[in-house]
Amino acid sequence: MRESLRIRLFLIFGGIFLLLYCYAAVDLPPWGSYRGPYGDVISRVAVYERHATDAVNAINYDYRAFDTLGEEFILFTAVLGVMMLLRREEGASTQDADKVSDDYRLSDTVRATAMPAIVATVVFGFYIGLHGQLTPGGGFQAGVVLASVPLLLYVCENTESFRRITSHTAVEILEAMGAASYALIGLAPLLFGLPLLTNFLPLGQTGDVFSSGTIALISACVGVEVTAAFLLVAYTYLEEIITGHIPEE
Amino acid sequence: MMWVGAGLLLLVAVTGFGVVRTRDVTSQVVALGFYGVLMALVFFFFQAPDVALSQITVGALALPLMVMLAISRMKYRAHNQKAKGQRDA
Repeated sequence: MRESLRIRLFLIFGGIFLLLYCYAAVDLPPWGSYRGPYGDVISRVAVYERHATDAVNAINYDYRAFDTLGEEFILFTAVLGVMMLLRREEGASTQDADKVSDDYRLSDTVRATAMPAIVATVVFGFYIGLHGQLTPGGGFQAGVVLASVPLLLYVCENTESFRRITSHTAVEILEAMGAASYALIGLAPLLFGLPLLTNFLPLGQTGDVFSSGTIALISACVGVEVTAAFLLVAYTYLEEIITGHIPEE
Repeated sequence: MMWVGAGLLLLVAVTGFGVVRTRDVTSQVVALGFYGVLMALVFFFFQAPDVALSQITVGALALPLMVMLAISRMKYRAHNQKAKGQRDA
């Protein structure tokens, strides 16, 4: 009885949704058409004004850098929240981290495949991060890519290797520094009497790795912050598993 | 060219349905990762390579990883609590 009622209710509201959906989809603009003025303006002036060939990052880290600063601190606060919520409980059955030993090593095939993958990931992460102003990518994507490297190592080796290359204190400091240096780069123009987050550095040669002034610099700072943030979250999740031990049954 | 886009969108719809219909949590995470990769392809097709890159890193990599870690942590906790209860009894 209740099952049939549920299905009937779903059919009624599903039908209403379908009608509204079709009504909305009829008047969709054709594929590739763009109505707003800002996209055309930005894609025309970004290369000339900011010497950045990737207009998306010119917007993210320059034209609307203040919004991105807010987003950066959203991530910062979110990571802080996760760490607070998942902090270690009093009296949880744990042991000192350096005494933990696990030798659940995977097969040699997995490890032999994963090692080149790690090297490729590191190179790719730095490439994405340093060419943010030239090609699609930038600090945020680079950060996530780089943060996946220790996790890849954790998956194919053991917790000991993960701990060896991620020092908790260092990652915490890196995260705070990444977030703070973005804010400081934004505040620096105030010293010269310019508005907040003005692109005050020399713009350089268009297409060069060291070009586009503060865009590349902010992108790198965001990269550091995001790498550290994702590592911290992963570390917080793994902490209990790494330092705790499953009691013998 | 339009048909490629339509096919991709259809695949996304089917995969999304598949993610919802998968009952086992671990398999669901894998399905979610596949869904993330498909979404990245859609973004790339509709000429947003920046968004596609973000989607690959977040949707296909970070999100399934976080869910996976959260699940394993919950399992670990449940295991620990069960063991503790047995000891008290």
